Amino acid sequence: MSRISKEEVKHVANLARLAVTEEEAEMLTEQLDKIIGFAEELNELDTDNVEPTTHVLELKNVLREDEVRNSVSVDEAMKNAPAQKDGQFKVPNILE
Amino acid sequence: MSILDKKISELHQLLHKKELNVSDLVDATFDRIHQVDDQVKAFLTLNEEYSRIKAKQLDERLVSGGDRGLLFGMPIGIKDNIVTKGIRTTCASRILENFEPIYDATVVERLNQADTITIGKLNMDEFAMGSSNENSGFHPTHNPWDLSCVPGGSSGASAAAVSAGEVLFSLGSDTGGSIRQPAAFCGVVGLKPTYGLVSRYGLVAFASSLDQIGPVTRSVEDNAYLLQAIAGNDPMDSTSAKVDIPDYLASFTGDVKGLKIAVPKEYLGAGVEPGVKERVMEALKVLEGLGATWEEVSLPYSRYALATYYLLSSSEASANLSRFDGVRYGLRSDNSDNLIDMYKQSRSEGFGEEVKRRIMLGTFALSSGYYDAYYKKAQKVRTLIKEDFTNVFEKYDVIIGPTTPSASFKCGSMTKDPLTMYMNDILTIPVNLAGVPAISVPCGFSDGLPIGLQIIGKHFDESTIYQVAHAFEQATEHHKEKPKL
Repeated sequence: MSRISKEEVKHVANLARLAVTEEEAEMLTEQLDKIIGFAEELNELDTDNVEPTTHVLELKNVLREDEVRNSVSVDEAMKNAPAQKDGQFKVPNILE
Repeated sequence: MSILDKKISELHQLLHKKELNVSDLVDATFDRIHQVDDQVKAFLTLNEEYSRIKAKQLDERLVSGGDRGLLFGMPIGIKDNIVTKGIRTTCASRILENFEPIYDATVVERLNQADTITIGKLNMDEFAMGSSNENSGFHPTHNPWDLSCVPGGSSGASAAAVSAGEVLFSLGSDTGGSIRQPAAFCGVVGLKPTYGLVSRYGLVAFASSLDQIGPVTRSVEDNAYLLQAIAGNDPMDSTSAKVDIPDYLASFTGDVKGLKIAVPKEYLGAGVEPGVKERVMEALKVLEGLGATWEEVSLPYSRYALATYYLLSSSEASANLSRFDGVRYGLRSDNSDNLIDMYKQSRSEGFGEEVKRRIMLGTFALSSGYYDAYYKKAQKVRTLIKEDFTNVFEKYDVIIGPTTPSASFKCGSMTKDPLTMYMNDILTIPVNLAGVPAISVPCGFSDGLPIGLQIIGKHFDESTIYQVAHAFEQATEHHKEKPKL
């Protein structure tokens, strides 16, 4: 039984903001199915009483003083912008 | 012998005695690059004009005297996922082909303060996803020992450039083996520091809970000098540890008497080639001869490390790479007329196949209905893998095994099946999941290709790793071998 369908691949691609062609969707379905199948070997392990590790160092609430500091200038922030207008990032239509 | 074959300490002496100037060193570096890089293809960007100007400036300071650190005037190559102000930084991705950072990564800033010279940016697998450099969005890099073979990855060019004598040393990054595996394949020294030892500020994030920047060098001594310069807390990286940084060179005693070595049976099991096993057993004999003892141990959960790693690293990558949306920087597709479509087209045109595959896997593992089954499950198994190491380190000082199951392989031989390629990292990945440090040092050859010995240490105990690596290096001749290029 396949673990992921072509329809699910298309759904995930939409979530990930990737455009996939029919061909790519088919290839990805096959490849992801294989990788997920491999990953399912983790189900052999009983982890009911195991705490998840999100991070190897025991760091909690790393804070700094809330002081006013210099930040990036508008010119610098715009330096790599693909499109800009009046010191702002320009994007295509958001509302139809 | 080329000037570029010398160690940092020797070059420092020559500069100090005015028998060499920085411009000579920079000239020799670019001469070598122009001689061999059309074969190795390690560099994506050369910083030649600036490097020569900076060399002249440093030479003036050399004349006027004053305080100069050990790294003064040393040319360095930087992996292209570490941002360099004003020098194009691409992550070997088409999506960042024309990206010019507006700030320096903390490691680059620290090296600049130490007066090193960034001579160029090094190729890699796109966004550090890969084990062969074949996933570069621009061109593959070749192994200096055999140009038809891969240099490893993802810091393949960081290792190849050092191996080919194009740079004295370089910086790479290691998420699942990306410094150690190429170091092994190219016959150089590569360290993955303890998670949190080196600032990640300015390292373009792949998997934030695993990524670490580390040095790639020809000798263990140079490696320690470079780590000394880049290690230490950084307020700009909230995951950076607040620990005292020891004098790493103090551990270079040449003595390993009484040292207790653990050798995991899983690291010499099925799938590890005979040529690799033999070199590791020989290395253990060398260390035994120096007074260390070793015993076989087990890291029982290491067989689950690969699956755990691909779920966690891809999940983190899918979140980290969402920033590439064609709005603030990077490639923007012209083939769209609304915002969502622009995101999709830009990302699909800009990202390569492997990057898209991992974003897909990560998005799937994090998506509603699958989060607990895949992502959270993998986080729990990560705990078990981490405990494996904690248990062994209660009784032993270091863990030793091969860095990779095999030597380098032919270009194109593993690109068809992603899973086969992933297997390359099976011996390095557990280290990243546990957050411990590990080094790969040359330990001989198999069919003419270099093999790496992996020495794994306790959290923040890089000193013991260096102690063992240095003692081994001094007792053997492997590090003196150079590719014929």
